[in-house]
Amino acid sequence: MRLFVPISVSGWVRLFSRWDVLAVLLIVGLLVFLGEASRNLFQPLADLQRTPPSLDPSHLPEYAARTTLRMLVAMALSLLFTFTYATLAAKNKQAERLLVPLLDILQSVPILGFISVTVVFFMALAPGRVLGAEFAAIFAIFTSQAWNMAFSFYQSLRTVPTELAEASRSFRLSPWMSFWRVDVPFAMPQLIWNMMMSMSGSWFFVVASEAISVGNTTVTLPGVGSYIALAIQQQNLKAVGWAIFTMLVVILIYDQVLFRPLVAWADRFRFEQEPGLIAPESWVLNILRRSRIVDRLTRPFGALWRRTLIGHPAKDTEAVKPVSQPRPGWITFQWSLIVFALAALALWQSVSFLIEGITLSDVGTAVLLGFFTLIRVVVLIALATVVWVPIGVWVGTRPFAAVVVQPIAQFLAAFPANVLFPIVVSGIVFWKLNPNIWLSPLMILGTQWYILFNVIAGAVAIPAELRAVGANLRVGGWLWWRRIALPAVLPYYVTGAITASGGSWNASIVAEVASWGNDHLEAAGLGAYIAQQTDAGDFHRIVLGIVVMSLYVVAINRVLWRPLYQYAERKFRL
Amino acid sequence: MSEALLDIHGLRQTFPKADGGELLVLDGIDLEIAQGQIVGLLGRTGSGKSTLLRLIAGLAQPSGGTVTYLGQPVHGPPPGIAMVFQGFALFPWLTVLENVQLGLEALGLPDPEIRKRALAAIDLIGLDGYESAYPRELSGGMRQRVGFARALVVHPNILLMDEPFSALDVLTAETLRTDFLELWGDGKLPIKGVVLVTHNIEEAVLMCDRILLFSNNPGRIIREIGVDLRQPRNRLDTRFRDLVEKIYVAMTQRTPNAAQAGTERQVTINTVLPRVSANLFSGLIETLAPPPFSGKADLPVLADELHMEGDELFPVAEAMQMFHFAEVEGGDIKLTDTGKQFAELGMDDRKKLFQRQLLTYIPLAAHIRRVLQERANHVAPKSRFLDELEDHMSTEDAEHTLRAVTAWGRFAEVFAYDDDSGTFSLENPS
Repeated sequence: MRLFVPISVSGWVRLFSRWDVLAVLLIVGLLVFLGEASRNLFQPLADLQRTPPSLDPSHLPEYAARTTLRMLVAMALSLLFTFTYATLAAKNKQAERLLVPLLDILQSVPILGFISVTVVFFMALAPGRVLGAEFAAIFAIFTSQAWNMAFSFYQSLRTVPTELAEASRSFRLSPWMSFWRVDVPFAMPQLIWNMMMSMSGSWFFVVASEAISVGNTTVTLPGVGSYIALAIQQQNLKAVGWAIFTMLVVILIYDQVLFRPLVAWADRFRFEQEPGLIAPESWVLNILRRSRIVDRLTRPFGALWRRTLIGHPAKDTEAVKPVSQPRPGWITFQWSLIVFALAALALWQSVSFLIEGITLSDVGTAVLLGFFTLIRVVVLIALATVVWVPIGVWVGTRPFAAVVVQPIAQFLAAFPANVLFPIVVSGIVFWKLNPNIWLSPLMILGTQWYILFNVIAGAVAIPAELRAVGANLRVGGWLWWRRIALPAVLPYYVTGAITASGGSWNASIVAEVASWGNDHLEAAGLGAYIAQQTDAGDFHRIVLGIVVMSLYVVAINRVLWRPLYQYAERKFRL
Repeated sequence: MSEALLDIHGLRQTFPKADGGELLVLDGIDLEIAQGQIVGLLGRTGSGKSTLLRLIAGLAQPSGGTVTYLGQPVHGPPPGIAMVFQGFALFPWLTVLENVQLGLEALGLPDPEIRKRALAAIDLIGLDGYESAYPRELSGGMRQRVGFARALVVHPNILLMDEPFSALDVLTAETLRTDFLELWGDGKLPIKGVVLVTHNIEEAVLMCDRILLFSNNPGRIIREIGVDLRQPRNRLDTRFRDLVEKIYVAMTQRTPNAAQAGTERQVTINTVLPRVSANLFSGLIETLAPPPFSGKADLPVLADELHMEGDELFPVAEAMQMFHFAEVEGGDIKLTDTGKQFAELGMDDRKKLFQRQLLTYIPLAAHIRRVLQERANHVAPKSRFLDELEDHMSTEDAEHTLRAVTAWGRFAEVFAYDDDSGTFSLENPS
């Protein structure tokens, strides 16, 4: 098992293309638009008057159910987005040129900082209030799930083997049919791994998005996240403990009932049939497969679905329309014109928005604070590397250990680390430690596991023959690490590190500012800046902070991670 | 025979080149396929025969000319033309039965008929009992049987086969060929004509009624050979051997206009070079020099001796010719005096001789060395030469040619190449 690389790493030779610039402009424009809209809507927003959440643990099952439901709705939306956006990008050359950079940059936007803005926006859309807040929470979760799924689906569609594509065309499958019979099955294993990744990642957002304050307005949705927020406010460690326990149970159920069956089921869609891989098993899937009742109940639906996939009788001489006729130049021209016009509009809107509420010194502050956060991310990734790479290699080269540790690491990655923040914060308060240093580890608490389990996967994949050669030539000690272990795991490590680094930036928004009851801790950094401006309800500076952070992430991906990944992939991929 | 199934006229196909120009891969193809024929398209890798097959299948659009199937021009995959693929192209997530049914489902037939026809095709092709198996559970031979069943089940008029046996081991391939010919001969197959793409000369003689020989760069039909041997054919039969020999001769013959201009052996800086390792040179020369060959061999005999197929032997022969180690003509390969001398030498002297031949007869190698010598630091990036080559050939050919010359240059110690930095240099690592 190897995780998918969460940034675009192929096909783009130059560091930044014209289309990247356009994509940046469009996204900044969108952020500004939402910020502007929210700012104007901000005033009439009234406080939510509902039963306040309670810290009684007996409410936790209900809260957990509501939280889970939000995630599932967001997942359904993400799938819908994936199937449409990625398909368009993969099938239409014109759209592809814009959509792919757009996705790449969207992935880098720290949506955690934007929840406040979207809350106001969605509340205004749905004056029923609760519904609006629900929309906002679901939207936040959606944005944490959708991008990498769409990206993986796009890459799968691009890599459908030529012969399979030709076979489906030569047997005259309709586009609808070949989408469901060829494209989707081919993409399925990667997509499911990415759905799992997304689900893990979105726990973080669900916790952050259920209890949000913008200025002096607080929006609270019943759920595990708001339960934790309340526990922090009341300094109730026992309640935090209950919440953590609930999360553990929910994640376990999720894994067993939803993802394990999905993974086991999707195994048949694996294209390369590498020998020696053990097929994943799931007791839930086995029960479903063997059950007669389930079979009876699902059969009619299956048959109905199959009918929609069946083609229409074609006349004997009628040929299928040729695909991908070269487009006339003027369509390309028109399309470029529209994109440029939109980008220009976005630019104008952004500039006027910025001029109105932001001075040059604000920008300087944001960039400087971003630099502080950058230092934190770099140091933390380096520390995590030093700690987890040797451990990962050690575990991965011992099959018995890998079997035990790998699922635990994956589980830890799914666990929303922000649930543990209160414990750390109370410790910092108690020992009176420097928040600038001691708040930092929170940023990587949840994301370091990506490094660990990727390295384990890499070490497991070292061929037995290579290890035997190493032993045969009596290569040991540092030489063994330098010549065998580290090169072999490098591509895997880079994949994990990209995820960990991106995640840490995002986490900084909740990690650089933390509270425990009335104690507020703050570190100097861009994450803290965004959080402060959210508290103050200053939409200009929220947008500024997010834009600066996005640009930092994009720049680091382009300057550091992508070249490193390509190098590792070319040189060390076994 | 009755009316033509397929009529191809003046077909040409070009692909865009890196410098904006066009690369001609197929030119002036005229071809008519009548009912009841198996027509073979025989040529080396890169002669455009697979491209032609895809044009017939409507999977690609020609740059010029027409493909007419049953009187209708082909603009997209037409009904009644089915294809068998080299790599099987089975859907791994569908069972054997589901794979076979797929084409019928696309036709929108009612369920019972789909099932009936699929089971009949599975039965015909000898896949009984495997209906619920997934492709990964099957051996290569059984997988290709599924490929055949899937193509036949739609009752196509024309069956296109793209090197269908080349991914199989020798024995399995032979079994499949024999089974196919038997069904075809007994009239049990619901098809009216077959087009077979192959690079295997014996396979073509074994199966086809007509064989069309393709030239390289661009692909043209250089010759048509009719095979009137009765099925089942015997590989050891004299007439069979004679035909194989005849095709070898035809394929090694100088093309008429090249011979006139006397340019065929003239390797220029822009010639696409075959990727043949220096070790293969040595091996072939060592086989050729001593008896029984004593410096001269019949290509088919040599291919048998080396357990190679013609397609594998041709590039080696071509490269030997470029280096003036051997001459190839009329289906024979003959060592030159230089070639005989090479056989006598030890390892170090062989390198020297190889170096001399390389710098004398392969202008690209001489060119690279000269550029390196002229530069102050004796270093030049790979892209410099690649760009030059791409003006005259496809990106892929340029890459291959540069790799070939790099390998030879390394062996001869004429220059060094560092893949990490992508640079050529005069220095060898010390």
